Amino acid sequence: MGLKGRIGIALGAVVLAVAAAVGYMMFAMAPPSDLDLARSKKTAKGLYAVEIAPENPAFERNTLHSWVVTVTTADGAPVEGAEIAVDGGMPQHGHGLPTAPQVTAALGDGRYRIEGVRFNMSGWWEFKLHIKAAAGEDDVTFNLSL
Amino acid sequence: MSRLISASEALRRALASIAVTMLVLAAGCSGDEFTDSEKATIASLSLDRLPPLPADPSNRFADDRLAAAFGATLFFEPRLSGHGDVSCSTCHQVDRQFQDGRPLGRAVGLTDRRTMPLAGVAFSPWQFWDGRKDSLWAQALGPLEDAREHAGNRTAYAHFVTASLKDRYERIFGPLPDLAGVPRNAGPLGTAEEKAAWQAIPEAKRAEIDTVFANIGKSIAAFERSIRHEETRFDRFARAIAAGEAPQGDAALDESERLGLKLFIGRANCVTCHAGPRFSDEHFHNTGVPQPPELPEDSGRAAGIPKALADPFNCLGRYSDAKPEQCGELRFVAKDDPLMVRAFKTPSLRGAVSRPPYMHSGQIATIEDVIEHYSSAPKPPKGESELQPLTLSEREKKALVAFLKTLDTGRPLSN
Ligand code: HEC
Ligand code: HEC
Ligand SMILES: [Cu+2]
Repeated sequence: MGLKGRIGIALGAVVLAVAAAVGYMMFAMAPPSDLDLARSKKTAKGLYAVEIAPENPAFERNTLHSWVVTVTTADGAPVEGAEIAVDGGMPQHGHGLPTAPQVTAALGDGRYRIEGVRFNMSGWWEFKLHIKAAAGEDDVTFNLSL
Repeated sequence: MSRLISASEALRRALASIAVTMLVLAAGCSGDEFTDSEKATIASLSLDRLPPLPADPSNRFADDRLAAAFGATLFFEPRLSGHGDVSCSTCHQVDRQFQDGRPLGRAVGLTDRRTMPLAGVAFSPWQFWDGRKDSLWAQALGPLEDAREHAGNRTAYAHFVTASLKDRYERIFGPLPDLAGVPRNAGPLGTAEEKAAWQAIPEAKRAEIDTVFANIGKSIAAFERSIRHEETRFDRFARAIAAGEAPQGDAALDESERLGLKLFIGRANCVTCHAGPRFSDEHFHNTGVPQPPELPEDSGRAAGIPKALADPFNCLGRYSDAKPEQCGELRFVAKDDPLMVRAFKTPSLRGAVSRPPYMHSGQIATIEDVIEHYSSAPKPPKGESELQPLTLSEREKKALVAFLKTLDTGRPLSN
C-alpha cells in the first residue's frame, strides 16, 4: 500500500472516530428509533395476551398514577386470579423504577389496577410484568416513551 | 486532470473535509438553531409550565388562609425555640432565597447538611436531602425538636401557643387542650429528663399535645406553600421559543448561554435529572459527591426511607388528615433500591448560581467547581454514581455556567 493509501485510511479512521464520538454524544440518550411501543402484546412464552392502559391522571412525567392491565389467555378468555409483579426501569440509564408499583385491585374481566407508577425522567422506559395464573408463569415487557 | 493526486493533496482535502465537518458540528452546537424536540424540552422547563400546587390531603389546613397567616407568624417567631433565639428564618432567610449561604446549617449547634432554599418546596413529595419526611408539615416538626436547631420540645411549644397565641390558634383549630399539670419541658426526643417527663404524661394527654404540635407544622406548611419561584431571563426566552417567536430584549440569550442550554438539554444530560419547570425530578440520585471526613457517614436516601416509614407524623399516621389510599408516595415507595445509597434529592437549579456553596453538605464551593465535578464524574465514596464523565471543553464549561446564570433573577443578595 502506498503512502497515499495509508494516509487515506488513517484520515478515514479519524473522521469515523469523530463522527462516532459525536454520534454517541448526541444520540446516546435518545430512545432507539425502532422501539416497539405496542400497548398490547403476547407474553414471552405465549401463555397470555396482555394490554396496558394508563388511568387518570394521564401518563406524563413525574405524576404518581395508575395503569389498568388486561390479561387474557392466548385464545382470548379473561384470566382471573392472576398474580402480577411489576418491574422496569430505563435501560439506557441503568436504573429501575423510582417507585414500587403494585396491583391493588382485580377489576373483573381479566382487568387489574396497578397503582403507584411514576416515571421521573423523559426517555425510554421498560415496564415489565411477571404474570402467574392457572396457565402458568410468563413475562412481558412493554416499552414506553416519554 | 490527473487522477494521481499527491499525498499532501490527499491530506489537504481530508483535513478540509474534517474542518467542514467540525464547522457544521460547531454551528449545530452554537445554539443558533434548536431542533423541534429541543424546543419542546426548552418549553417544558419554563415557569409557565409549572402545574398548580399539588394538594396535600394529609393537611386539611394546607390551603386555609388563616392557617397560612398563622404559619407565617410561627416561621419568623424566635420564641418557638428552646432558648427564645431561633426561628425557621434563622437559617431560611427571606432575603437569601430562604437559605443561609453556609456549607452547613447552624443555629444552637452545627447540623450535618446544607440549608435548603424553600421556593416551590410544596411541589416536592419528599422533604430534606434524604426525603425522610413525606410532607411539609411533618418536616417542620423536625427542626423544632432538633437540639442543633430550635432545641425545644413539644410541651414547651404547646405551653407557648396557649400563653401567647391562644386566640389565633383556636380560631383555626378549635379549643386548645387543658395543660394544667403538664410539665414545661417534655418530649420523646429531648434530654433524658424530658423523655422521662414525657413518658409520665398519660397517653391521651400526650396525643392532645401531639395534635397541637402537628397543627403548628400544618400552619407552617400552609405558609410555605406560598413561597414561589420568580420569573427569570430563561423563562422569558423559553416563553418566546414556546410561542415560536424570536426572543427580544433581555430574553435573547447570547451565544454562550445558548450553547450552555444546548448542552444542558443535550450532550451533558443535565435535564435527565434537572427536569421540568423546577429543574428537578424530585427524586434521589448518587452523583458521587464526596463524604466530608469530619461528618458522620451519610447514606442519604437509603437511610431516609425507613425514617419516613417510621415517622408517627407521616401520611399514614394518626395526625394525618388523609385516607390511607391517598398516601401513594408512602405506600409505593421503593424500599430496597441499591441506587439509593448516598442518593440525595435533586435540587432545583433556579437561583442556584447566587447561593453557593453547593451540594447536600456544601462540599463544592463554586459553580465552576460544580461543572468540573460533572465533567470528571468522580467515583462515589459509597454506592454507585449515576454520572458518566462528560469531558467538556473550557468553552463548554463556561457556557454551562452562563446558562445557569439565566436561571437567576439577577437581583443581588442582601445579607
Ligand atoms: C439550623 C438551621 C435550620 C433551622 C433553624 C431550620 N432549618 Fe430547615 N433546613 C435546614 C437544613 C440544614 C436542611 C437540610 C437538612 C437535611 O436534609 O437533613 C433544611 C431543610 C428544610 C426543608 C426541606 C426542603 C426540601 O426541599 O426538602 C424545609 C421545608 C425546611 N427546612 C423548613 C424549615 C422550617 C419550617 C423550619 C422551622 C420550623 C426550619 N426549616 C428550621 C436548616 C434549618
Ligand atoms: C443523575 C442525576 C443528575 C444529573 C444527570 C445532573 N444532576 Fe445536578 N444534581 C443532582 C443531584 C442529586 C444533586 C445534589 C447532589 C448532592 O448534594 O449530593 C445535584 C446538584 C447540582 C447542583 C448544585 C445545586 C445545589 O443547590 O447544591 C448544580 C448546580 C447542578 N446539580 C447542576 C447540574 C448540571 C449543570 C448538570 C449537567 C452537567 C447536572 N447537574 C446533571 C442530580 C443530577
Ligand atoms: Cu433515567
